[in-house]
Amino acid sequence: MKQTASFISTYSADAFGVASALYELGGMTIMHDASGCNSTYNTHDEPRWYDIDSMVYISGLSEMEAVMGDDGKLIDDIVQAAGELSPKFIALAGTPIPMMIGTDYKAVAAVIEKKTGIPSFGFATNGMQDYLSGISMAFEAFAERMTQPMDVIPHSVNVLGVTPLDFAVCGYDRELVSRLQSDEWEVLATWSMGCSLEDIRRSAAAEVNLVVSWSGLAAAKKLQALYGTPYVIGAPVGEKFTAEVLDALHQSAKDKTCRDLCGASSSNGKIVLIGESVTSLSLAAALRKEGAGDIRVICPVCCEEHPGMIRALDEDELIRAMNGAEMVVADPLYQPICKDKQFVRLPHEAFSGRLFRREDVNLLTGFEQLKNKILG
Amino acid sequence: MLKRIDQIDESCASVRIADASFPAPFRSGLEYSAPARGTWNIVHTGMLLPEAHEIFVCAAGCLRGVVLTAAEQGTSDRFSTIAIRENNLLDGDMEQLIIDGVGDILSKLPKRPPAVLLYTSCIHHFTGCDLKLAYRRLREKYPDVDFTDCYMNPIMRKSGLTPDQLMRRQLYSLLKKQPLDEKSVNIIGNDFATLPTSELVTTIREGGYTLREIQDCHTYQEYQQMATASLNIVYNPAAKASAAALERRLGQKYLYLPLSYDYDEIVSGLNTLCDTLHLPHRDYSDRIAACEAALEKAHEVIGDTPIAIDYTLTYRPLSLARLLLRKGFNVKRVYLDGIGEEKADFEALQKEAPDLMLYATVEVKMRFLHGAEVGGHGKHFLALGQKAAYFTGSDNFVNIVECGGLYGFDGIIRMAGEMEDAYLHKKDARRLIQIKGFGGGCCL
Repeated sequence: MKQTASFISTYSADAFGVASALYELGGMTIMHDASGCNSTYNTHDEPRWYDIDSMVYISGLSEMEAVMGDDGKLIDDIVQAAGELSPKFIALAGTPIPMMIGTDYKAVAAVIEKKTGIPSFGFATNGMQDYLSGISMAFEAFAERMTQPMDVIPHSVNVLGVTPLDFAVCGYDRELVSRLQSDEWEVLATWSMGCSLEDIRRSAAAEVNLVVSWSGLAAAKKLQALYGTPYVIGAPVGEKFTAEVLDALHQSAKDKTCRDLCGASSSNGKIVLIGESVTSLSLAAALRKEGAGDIRVICPVCCEEHPGMIRALDEDELIRAMNGAEMVVADPLYQPICKDKQFVRLPHEAFSGRLFRREDVNLLTGFEQLKNKILG
Repeated sequence: MLKRIDQIDESCASVRIADASFPAPFRSGLEYSAPARGTWNIVHTGMLLPEAHEIFVCAAGCLRGVVLTAAEQGTSDRFSTIAIRENNLLDGDMEQLIIDGVGDILSKLPKRPPAVLLYTSCIHHFTGCDLKLAYRRLREKYPDVDFTDCYMNPIMRKSGLTPDQLMRRQLYSLLKKQPLDEKSVNIIGNDFATLPTSELVTTIREGGYTLREIQDCHTYQEYQQMATASLNIVYNPAAKASAAALERRLGQKYLYLPLSYDYDEIVSGLNTLCDTLHLPHRDYSDRIAACEAALEKAHEVIGDTPIAIDYTLTYRPLSLARLLLRKGFNVKRVYLDGIGEEKADFEALQKEAPDLMLYATVEVKMRFLHGAEVGGHGKHFLALGQKAAYFTGSDNFVNIVECGGLYGFDGIIRMAGEMEDAYLHKKDARRLIQIKGFGGGCCL
């Protein structure tokens, strides 16, 4: 594998995933980085940056601090900033050089917590994994640390894995909550858009969890292990598949069994979807319910293996994986390698950032239009 | 959902200039990044090299910003990447990754570029990657391509040349030695071409010299013509290393004629230019009078409106503040994080305007010190620069980055006009300041 991208973009990275996951929760997230991470994140990966004053910073690591393994300055700077800004928690996320010098994030976080009394987290991200792993890490840690046993509230649900990186800021999160409420669910927390740390803390009271992207799965498993909460994997897309998801939620709440609604995709399908696994497989399922034939799902980011789903981690693999396809549904920045195929634009913030934000598709309210483009 | 903190102690984020220290007025610590994105980065600057292809070799997190810079600029067809993964660190195959990756990309491009800007990163520095070997192999393998070493290694920003300085140096590193033409001059190191009305340009052209800037070169061949100049002129401090390198390598003399808003310094610079080009000194009294008239007119319009200036507007924000204060403008703030070559202006302002406030832009508290109410203290500012507009919450702002090609008396006259226009006409600050590399092309 040459690991080259001659023509296409790069997915958002793990450290940005951590920041995105925790953005609205009132904490302070520090990317341990020399320079560049913060501007990249807030320019391309964080549509909320202008309107919500979340405390996301970089450490400003220098060559000398890295060579000397000087964690002291990092700790002092964070303690000082926390003393002045009083965040509800502190999260430290790593980048390549701190990984190379073996930075012990958990130890650094423990020292910071001892000095500040503020819950602190160290995430061993390294800038080489994609955003999903970062979000997943953050949500799992919060499931473990920031929730506590509570009495279960009947007909209550948490939504796990909602960030702008997968769902943009086109109202999907709000529409999803509205659909759940219409089905008489009480939504306790949407990890984590439109959600507070206090909401997160109530998560153990949910009767069931709904995992709408791979990034929410680790937290779902953790909440199941801690509190026995069952989960359903599947992002509500379109009316028919959404009805199936809602039905599965009721069943899982009743029988305490986890369900994965991301059915097998076809490795030979003529229609190709490229993207995150849960949303893409859910979209494929929704399209099948509307009469689509075989659909091939290609996943270029970290995720669970699903039957028929193709992993493709660089441009060459992607091109091979699309062999024989007639139509590709993907972010517009994939178009340069799909020139001989019909192309349906489906912007994905985690791939193209803000570039096509005006074309963002709300997979609930915009499904019909998207379906018509794909199925005619 | 978070709520804006309305009351925040500004200490450590702002300081009276009289109480500020040189060259670092603010403490070092965690850093914030304001959503004003107009300044150019190494992708934009590299794209000034006509027909060249950029290849970045970095971890995904580092690639993310540059890939999307190119995509937003509309230059993705001149941009490719090689992703470094964990196994490359363990396997020690970094050189091979570069060689194979570049070869793979070149084999796929529809047309072989005459030049490749190959950007390596902090990781290569820390792993001791043998970059010389990688470049040697590439040059052997692809003799029809000129490769130059570029760097995205921000961890080295406090150790020697910064990535920005390196970029400006490497941008001209592919110029090949040619016989020098005594009647040919370059201006180098800027993202924007110097305006043709500037005295710098008119003096050179009217003196019978051919003037080139990289922005005027549309082919790689035209770019190579810059190697024939006998003199390079630089006024961007970040490009001094570039001029020095060209003098060593090609024998091109250089003049550093710093951008200034001080009449005497401007005259001195232009006289130095004339001496070097064997031209008679000019009388600039009419230009100075024109500056005075333009500033006076602007002042009549702007009146006592508080003014904030930031360092992204110009290489010399304190020099500009000093000029405006002398001409009666109500300059209240300068946003900057460090003071480079402006020690003289800094010290003069400490005496002349001790209450002038310096504000940081990256200090952690600045996350909350923005908007008309909080950042602007409820006052309506005229902002000179994008960051000043963001922090003061003003839509009345001069939308220029990195001088925008304005230089000399002509630059002052135009700046006065821009200020007047900005005062009279609001702009959509939120939309404009978020465009990356303002003036360099945008698909948003």
